[in-house]
Amino acid sequence: MHAHSPFNESDAVKEVAKKVLRGERIDLGEATVLYNEASLLTLAHLANEIRFAKHPEKMVTYVADRNINYSNICACACRFCAFFVAPEKAETSGGYVISREELGQKIEETIALGGTQILMQGGHHPDLTMEFYEDMIRWIKKNYPSIHVHAFSPPEIVFFAENENLLVKDVIARLRAAGLDSIPGGGAEILVDEVRSQVSPNKCSATAWLAVMEEAHYQGLNTTATMMFGHEEKPHHRIEHLFAVRDVQDRTNGFTAFIPWTFQPGNTNISCRPEPSAGYLRVLAMSRIVLDNIDNIQASWVTMGPEIAQLALSYGANDVGSLMIEENVVAAAGVSFCLSREDIHSIVEAAGFVPKQRTMNYTLIEDKEA
Amino acid sequence: MLDADYYARLGLGSVFEKVLNGERLSIDDGRNLFACEDINAVGALAHHARTRLHGDSAYYVLNRHVNYTNVCVNACLFCAYQREEDEQDGAFRLSVDDILAKLDPKDGLPYDEVHIVGGCHPKLPLSFFEDAIKRVKETYPDIIVKAFTAVEIAHFAELENISTKEVLERLKAAGLEAMPGGGAEIFAPKVREQICPKKATGEEWLNVAREAHQLGITSNCTMLFGHLESIDDRLDHLDQLRRLQDETNGFTCFIPLPFLTENSMLKLPEERIGPHTGLDKLRTIAISRLMLDNIPHIKSYWVMLGVKLAQAALHYGADDLDGTIVEEKIGHDAGAQSEQAMTIPQLEEMIARSGFTPVRRNSFFKPVAEGK
Repeated sequence: MHAHSPFNESDAVKEVAKKVLRGERIDLGEATVLYNEASLLTLAHLANEIRFAKHPEKMVTYVADRNINYSNICACACRFCAFFVAPEKAETSGGYVISREELGQKIEETIALGGTQILMQGGHHPDLTMEFYEDMIRWIKKNYPSIHVHAFSPPEIVFFAENENLLVKDVIARLRAAGLDSIPGGGAEILVDEVRSQVSPNKCSATAWLAVMEEAHYQGLNTTATMMFGHEEKPHHRIEHLFAVRDVQDRTNGFTAFIPWTFQPGNTNISCRPEPSAGYLRVLAMSRIVLDNIDNIQASWVTMGPEIAQLALSYGANDVGSLMIEENVVAAAGVSFCLSREDIHSIVEAAGFVPKQRTMNYTLIEDKEA
Repeated sequence: MLDADYYARLGLGSVFEKVLNGERLSIDDGRNLFACEDINAVGALAHHARTRLHGDSAYYVLNRHVNYTNVCVNACLFCAYQREEDEQDGAFRLSVDDILAKLDPKDGLPYDEVHIVGGCHPKLPLSFFEDAIKRVKETYPDIIVKAFTAVEIAHFAELENISTKEVLERLKAAGLEAMPGGGAEIFAPKVREQICPKKATGEEWLNVAREAHQLGITSNCTMLFGHLESIDDRLDHLDQLRRLQDETNGFTCFIPLPFLTENSMLKLPEERIGPHTGLDKLRTIAISRLMLDNIPHIKSYWVMLGVKLAQAALHYGADDLDGTIVEEKIGHDAGAQSEQAMTIPQLEEMIARSGFTPVRRNSFFKPVAEGK
C-alpha cells in the first residue's frame, strides 16, 4: 500500500529521496524501499527533478516511424501474444511473410508522412534464412537509402543464430554489414528467467537477451531497451529488470532509451486485468530514478492512451516514442489508440513542452537538416 | 522533496501552509493552483487533503443507471442525447414496468443504488415519477433511489405549476432519498446562456439543491468544464457550491465532468478540442478537492473520464470511482469511449492495484457489507 500523503513519507523513503535529489546512484535495496513505500507523487516528483537535471530544456521528442512486421508466423507461442500464428497453422490461420511490393509501399508511405525510420520485427519463422533477412535489409537500403532500419529484437537474433547454427556475434555482424542501423529493445518482457519461463518459455533467456545487446553495442550498434510488465511477474522482478539493464549500460553505454509498457491481456493466453494507471506511472518514475545512465525514457501512449502519456511527461519521460504510423501487435490484443502528428504535438504542448522530431539516436531532425 | 521549501519556490508557500493546517483556500489560491506548472505539486496537495478525509479508502457503488427518456425541452448545445419529441427518430420513453425490469438483479447481486435521470419531457406528469419511485421502493425496498437533477425538479414544477419545494416534498413522500448532481453545468450566466440557454439558471439549480437539503434529501453536485468557461468561471462555480454547503451541509459528493466534444453541436475554440486535455482534467479534479473543503467526496467518474484517467485521478484528489453503472446513455451519446458497465471485481482490483483499499458504499457513502 502506498496511498499515504506525499507529505508523510517514512524516514527510510526520505533518506533515499535525498540521495536521489543529490544526483547519487541508488542500489537495489534503496530502489525497493522507494518502489514499495513511497507515495506515487513522491516518485513522480523525484523522477521529474532528475529528468530536468538531465534535460533542462522544456522539450519532448518523438520519432516518426512505422512498425512493420515482416511475418506473423512464429514458433515461440508466448502466452502474452495475440499476434502470432503457429507455423503449422500458417496456411489456415492467416500466416504471412511480407512481399517486397508491400514492404516498399509501406516504406514509401512512411517517407510521405515525414517518417525517418522503420521498426521492423517479426515472428520466429522456422523457414526463413539469414540470407532472407540480409537481402531484405540490402533491398531496403538500396531502394530507400535515407531510411533508418531499426530491426530484429534480441530474441529474433538469438533465433536466427540457433536456426542456422551460427554465433550471435556473427549474426549481428552480418546484419550490420547488410545495413542494419540499430536494434529495437523488444522481447525483453521481464528480464528475470523465472518469469520468462512462465510467460514465454520458448523465447531466449534474460542473459541471452542482455548478451545480444551488449554484443551489438560493442559492434557499434545502438539499441533501446523495453520492459513489458503487468502480467505474471512480481513487483520485485520489475525492479530487478531495471538493474539488469543498468549493469549492461554501465559497460557499453549503447542503450539510447528505455521504454516500459504495460501488458494488454486481450486475446492472449494470460488471464489478468490490465495494469492500472498508477501502477504504470510508478514503474515509469522508477525507471527514470534507477536508470541514471540512460538518457531517454519514453512514455507509452500506445498502451496507456494519450492522457496518461501526457501525464507521464511529469513522471520522468522526456520522449513520447513514435508516431506509430502502423502498429499491429498491441492492436491484436484489443487496444488501439490512434494519434496523428498534430495530436502528438498538442498533447506535448498542452503539458508545457516543445515537441521536436528526432532520429533513433536522438539527433533532432532540425539539427540534422541544418 | 515536496516540502515547504519546494512550494515556496513555486510561489505556493501559503497554499501549502493552509492545506497542511486544513484552512480554507481563497479564490486567488485557486487561481495560483491553476497557474502552477507542476501538476505533481498540485496533485500532492489534493492527495494530502483527500487522505486526511478518507485515509487509503477508495469507494465504489453497486449501482445501475436508468435513463427514463431522451425527449427533452431544453436542447442544450452540448447534448447529443436529446430528442425534441416522442415521435422523433431514436426517441424513447420508459414505462414504470420498463424501469422495474431494469432493476431485476437477474443472477447478480441486488443493486445498492438506482440512479434515475432523464430529459425534461414536455408531457410526463409528476404523478408518473411518484408512481415510478413508489413501485421501485415496493419491489426493491433495499435499493436507494437517487433520482432527478435539480433541473428536472425545476421542470416538473413548471409543468405542474407548483413550487419546486412542493415537487420535492411529493417525491420525498413517494420514496426519493437522494438526488444526483447533474445539470449544474457551469453557473456563470454568460456561459450558461451560450451552452444551455433554455435550462434552469444557476440560481434556480442552487435553490432546488438548498430546498432539497432543507427537506433532508441529500444530493451530489457537478461542474461541466472544458467548454467555453474560463478558469475564473470554474472557481466561481466551486465557490458557489462551497457557500451553499456551508449553509446546508447537504452535498455528499462533487463530480467534475469533462466536456466531451465528439458529438456536440457546440463549436469550441480549437485549443479545447483533442486528446491533449488530460492534465487540465486532473488539475481541475485536484483543485476541486482543495477548494471544496466542506464537501466530503470527489468523484472520478470513469464514464466521462475514461477508465485510465479515472484511475489516475484517485491520486489527484478523487476518492470515488462511481460504480457498476450497467447502462449509460448520456455520456456515451456525447462520445464517451468507456465501456457501458464495470463489474465489482474489476472495480475492486483497479482500486487495490492503484494502492487503495476498495470500499463498496451506498448512496450516502456508508460502507455496504459484502454479500449483502
